[in-house]
Amino acid sequence: MWNLTLDKVFASAQAALDGLIFDGARIMVGGFGFAGLPEDLIDALAKTNAQRLTIIICDAGGNGAVLEKLFENRQVSKLVTSYIGSDDIISARFLCGEFEVEFVPQGTLAEAIRCGGAGIPAFYTKTGVHTVVASGKEHKLFAGIEYIMEPAIKADIALIHAETADNEGNLTYKKTSRNFNPIMATAATHTIVEVEKLVATGEIDPDNVHTPGIYVDRIIQSIIPKHIEHLKVRNF
Amino acid sequence: MSKIYPNAAAALAGLPQDGMTIMSGGFGLCGIPENLIVALRDSGAKNLTVISNNAGVDGFGLGLLLESKQTKKMISSYVGENKEFERQFLSGELELEFNPQGTLAERIRAGGAGIPGFYTKTGVGTLVADGKEHKDFDGVTYVLETALQADISLVKAWKADEEGNLIYRKTARNFNPMMATAGKITIVEVEEIVACGELDADNIHTPGIYVDRIVCGSFEKRIENRTIRAKEMA
Amino acid sequence: MAWTRDQLAARAAKELRDGFYVNLGIGIPTLVANHIPEGVKVTLQSENGMLGMGPYPFEDEIDPDLINAGKQTISELPHSSYFSSSDSFAMIRGGHINLSILGAMEVSQNGDLANWMVPGKMVKGMGGAMDLVAGVRRCVVVMDHCSKDGRSKVLKKCELPLTGVRVVDLIITDLGVFEVDKVGNAPLRLIELADGISVEEIAAKTQADFVVDLK
Repeated sequence: MWNLTLDKVFASAQAALDGLIFDGARIMVGGFGFAGLPEDLIDALAKTNAQRLTIIICDAGGNGAVLEKLFENRQVSKLVTSYIGSDDIISARFLCGEFEVEFVPQGTLAEAIRCGGAGIPAFYTKTGVHTVVASGKEHKLFAGIEYIMEPAIKADIALIHAETADNEGNLTYKKTSRNFNPIMATAATHTIVEVEKLVATGEIDPDNVHTPGIYVDRIIQSIIPKHIEHLKVRNF
Repeated sequence: MSKIYPNAAAALAGLPQDGMTIMSGGFGLCGIPENLIVALRDSGAKNLTVISNNAGVDGFGLGLLLESKQTKKMISSYVGENKEFERQFLSGELELEFNPQGTLAERIRAGGAGIPGFYTKTGVGTLVADGKEHKDFDGVTYVLETALQADISLVKAWKADEEGNLIYRKTARNFNPMMATAGKITIVEVEEIVACGELDADNIHTPGIYVDRIVCGSFEKRIENRTIRAKEMA
Repeated sequence: MAWTRDQLAARAAKELRDGFYVNLGIGIPTLVANHIPEGVKVTLQSENGMLGMGPYPFEDEIDPDLINAGKQTISELPHSSYFSSSDSFAMIRGGHINLSILGAMEVSQNGDLANWMVPGKMVKGMGGAMDLVAGVRRCVVVMDHCSKDGRSKVLKKCELPLTGVRVVDLIITDLGVFEVDKVGNAPLRLIELADGISVEEIAAKTQADFVVDLK
């Protein structure tokens, strides 16, 4: 009776991107540094050779990250991000004027994407008031304090990374690899997720689903191993 | 300093003042902070503005505060199950501000998230949008809604650890997590208090930073509409 | 003798109070975690989605999914929780974090802060800095008093692009500590000197107006 025929699981990253990527597309990419970075999907995106992409991402990953391939291929015309300092190659190409960067404060970026998925076209925040971030934006007083209006951010595609998916597309994330992934999942026309574990529907406790499957269109098994940017240990 | 209090009365002692704004979690009677509401009633504080999705039923939940005439104003999305509520509203004793449910949820979240205002399409062209600022985005009209905050948030959760980290159970979650963030003081009642580390860190629904006081209690968990289906014959 | 990095961190740690939720910036501020006073319980928030950040992990605990805002591997504690970035910044923007300790390139005498961009030289982005200073309840800056080329970083008015306006409460440098009037027009108040540092030396290296009010 509850027969759901739509199969969201695809055989490979390439297959999952097939038919969805186009020149000029706006693509959200999850991750904070290397944590939760959808490396399989980025690798496949680099192989599509789609051009003039707008990439929306928290930061530019880290040195050696597969994200660099998109810039080496000159596929990116605009980057919307809070920080590019973590990658020398991407920073250098930006300073050479190879692509445009729109810097957005990280919290504003997170909230704007959340609003993009939540049907809220704009919200007010105190972040960035009286800084360059506020220029050209509408200002408003609430209880005597000044705020600026920030617009929602949406995309054509969201590429995200999760720990576990079931056949429904219900997702769970692990620790600090959650970050922008759940928010981006809601804010794009098509959401593609790479996961470490695929489980049968019903195995994830419903109270602990981090992203309900309604937001997820395509799922693939991730095979690229995880990376660490700055390994620090203690001995005692 | 421990966040744990021995009972609801102790957790509220000295806090409620006349004229305060109180948020109370729950959807219908599901996930309501039953004992904290009774303690609020017993405190005697009056002229309260109460923000809650619904108004309880006669004799239970927020209905108690209506009977004792402690509520001056309610901000809710639906109050149809309460005869006393209807009577007080029609006689002018009770002020009422209707908010669409999604707008109410978002206003409370905004109150805890430092967002004083946001735009939504909900209610545009209806009574809900009267007197509010409108703006067009991509040719579509939206209305500006403002954040809600409370002096005290009364929250019901399933389990808490000593830090105040909370988990909710099924549809008893509803408005509780947002309200936990939007109160100057947040008091939570739970069915069980566990040691720190027992709750899976990846599945904490409300981090303890938002929780000031915790009470363990027992709950009637009254059901508003008990509907069942018959088992199939073997 | 000017304070060392470690001494700066120890001085900043004196701003912690029992029960505080604290965000520590990258660089010297992360060292504050090593100086949390005995009996003072502090929960560290990491803006990439974690409350209850632990120390660096043991070798066998290393987890690529567990990093701090500086992308370093860390560990968790029994009371830790994880959440999304929008929840993280809702927590920050919503005023739930008691204290932010962060570095700066320039601070002005009325509490303006510049710490994210040097036009033409360093354009890396602001990350979470603007949200932090706009949202937290108290902001403490820890920095060198002068830049590498000898110029004062404690100014009448910031020249670099701002991170926030009238956001800094306390300035701790390797030479001393200033309190800031974030609301009115009073000058900075010099309340402490590093060992062996004189008021004259501070005056020579501070462009901002200040009065001496040693505690």
